Amino acid sequence: MGTIGQHLLNGMMQGTIYGLVAMGFTIFFGVMNVIKFSHGDVLTVGAFAALVAVWATSALGMPVYVQFIAAFIAAMILTAVVGAGISHFLIMPLRNAPPLNMLLMTMMVGTLLREAIRLFFPNGTNPQRFPELLPAGGFSLGRSFFRFDALILIVAGVASIGVVYWIINRTKFGLAMRAVAEDVETARTMGINFARVIPLTFALGSLTAGFAGTIYGLYYSEINYGMGLLLAVIGFTAAIVGGLGNIWGAIIGGYLFAGLQTLVVAAMPSMSDYKNVFAFVLIIVLITWRPTGLLAERGSERV
Amino acid sequence: MVTMTKRTFAALATFTVLPLAFGSLDAALAKDKVKIAFVGPLTGALSPHGIGGRNSAELAVKTMNADPKTKYEYELVVLDDECKPNIGVQVVTKIASDRSIVAAIPHYCSATAIATVDIFNRFKLPMVVWAAVLPEITYANKYPEVHRVSGILIGQNRVGAAFMKERGYKKFVSFADSTDYGKSMNKYFTEFTKENGNEILGTFAVPPDQQDLSAELTKIKELNPEVIYFGGLTPLGARLRTQMAKFGITAQFEGNSGIMGDAFINAAGPELAEGTVTFFDSPPISKMPGGKMFTDSYKAAGYTEPPEAYGPFAYIATKLVIDTIEKAGPDRAKVTAALGDVKDVPSIVGPITFDDHGQNITPLTTKYVVQDGKWTVWEDSEYAAGKRKLKNLP
Repeated sequence: MGTIGQHLLNGMMQGTIYGLVAMGFTIFFGVMNVIKFSHGDVLTVGAFAALVAVWATSALGMPVYVQFIAAFIAAMILTAVVGAGISHFLIMPLRNAPPLNMLLMTMMVGTLLREAIRLFFPNGTNPQRFPELLPAGGFSLGRSFFRFDALILIVAGVASIGVVYWIINRTKFGLAMRAVAEDVETARTMGINFARVIPLTFALGSLTAGFAGTIYGLYYSEINYGMGLLLAVIGFTAAIVGGLGNIWGAIIGGYLFAGLQTLVVAAMPSMSDYKNVFAFVLIIVLITWRPTGLLAERGSERV
Repeated sequence: MVTMTKRTFAALATFTVLPLAFGSLDAALAKDKVKIAFVGPLTGALSPHGIGGRNSAELAVKTMNADPKTKYEYELVVLDDECKPNIGVQVVTKIASDRSIVAAIPHYCSATAIATVDIFNRFKLPMVVWAAVLPEITYANKYPEVHRVSGILIGQNRVGAAFMKERGYKKFVSFADSTDYGKSMNKYFTEFTKENGNEILGTFAVPPDQQDLSAELTKIKELNPEVIYFGGLTPLGARLRTQMAKFGITAQFEGNSGIMGDAFINAAGPELAEGTVTFFDSPPISKMPGGKMFTDSYKAAGYTEPPEAYGPFAYIATKLVIDTIEKAGPDRAKVTAALGDVKDVPSIVGPITFDDHGQNITPLTTKYVVQDGKWTVWEDSEYAAGKRKLKNLP
């Protein structure tokens, strides 16, 4: 088993993407008690925005690092705008509606986004080749092969998780967010501009999806209109397993899911077709064992 | 009553005024219209193949319609099956229940074709498969409606296994998609490889839309095979080839008819595709009896997309269907009966002969290798001449 390091690296890469998606779910739920199912499709929107940005900057003859930065910025800006828009036009007006309505509605918004990419993006039904902007190659350590691009993306992903954590726990905006999450009415009487904090929260959660979408494109060199669907299911599952509303729970859930998938293939290569089945079965067992998740949200009686 | 009157008037207008207006024109214009249907993947990752096939089928229809000697005027109804079995069942049910459609030229993907053969039989709609290669499509049942001009994947694997043994390869890993098509590819690959005394170190199956192959490739790297055999279609094949390189795996890449066509080279890039070997049931278009005619008229018709590997087969399937309708008349049962008698019918890829299962038994399995971004017949390549070498040769 000289390839443990390799499997670990693969799992880390997938786990980082899953964790980023799960973190978005957890932010929305933590603050607004909303399960925003369009999150995966917002990620797809981000990936396509990144692709367009790379096309545009490379057509202008800009150097690769500019294309790289432009990809992330375009993806994050567009997804932040989409996220804030969804919250302003759908979630805020309907915040007192039953949660099930909200879930259904965000699911439909997701379908709308997905189909819009398929229909209106040029050649949108076909998978798109995402340009390789990171240095190719890597180095061997024992029998494991470490790709430079994977290492860079893992570091970027983990750093972005750290930044989000810092925003939530160390900034004034984060404080306002947490106050609203704790008690909307009290937060309002304390002078927190509720109508501004909510869209900003959704913008923050959604731009992590844009970030994840760009990482996805750079790592796999291919994006397609349907990629957000399974990612949303996995990300949501990861958030639930970790404890919906708890950021660290979401991250742990993401790595756990990726770890399970990788373990199935590493242990039983002939069963690799069934890796999602095994992973989801184990998740069902976990959820039955700990219904509130591995790390429950503080004051989880709200759930 | 008002609508009745309107409808009656419209009917009267159609039946009396139109013949009055056109009655004096040449009789050739009064040819009866006959509808035939083409089904293939026009959207999705496999659309280059579907569009190449659609263009080729359309070309056959145009050529026949331009011929003043034909008895009918043909209209091609084109439907998209997206290479998905459920969509395939929907569109085939639609054409099968439309009595104005006399015959069909369906399917690129085996997984889709195997899901729809029963419908063709139930609705008695005669068809000629243009590309799918799963043996069971023709051989699992004895449906008189089902025919196929393309080969079956057994031959490709037999030729492929013998070829790889001749080169001296001994250790293989099989990587197939988890559809019926991929399973069948893996089954015959395994059978013939073992028959040749070679070893299979591991077998992997993944869904065709799986994006991340890193766990599988890590395991493959550990197994360290000389050759990675791939039994699947272009999108997964290109993804596998791309990710193999990212993992620094240098094994020789062996494919099958599923990755044959320009789309694979475009998706993987010419550098990574270089040296890929594949086995396909037809010589290149330029070496076919009517290849030049086909290429020239395809170009003249102004199609910008390439016909891809199975374009000529879509052309001959469509032409065969039209010729049969000319002979037997636009009637499903008569066309079915006439297709059963097809023997040594000349076509641009060589004579077509259907056996008692409607399977064309004449395709010629040919070995190909990618050289400088082009599929080249092995015997004509610099690899065979010894100027270039396949990877990992013992």
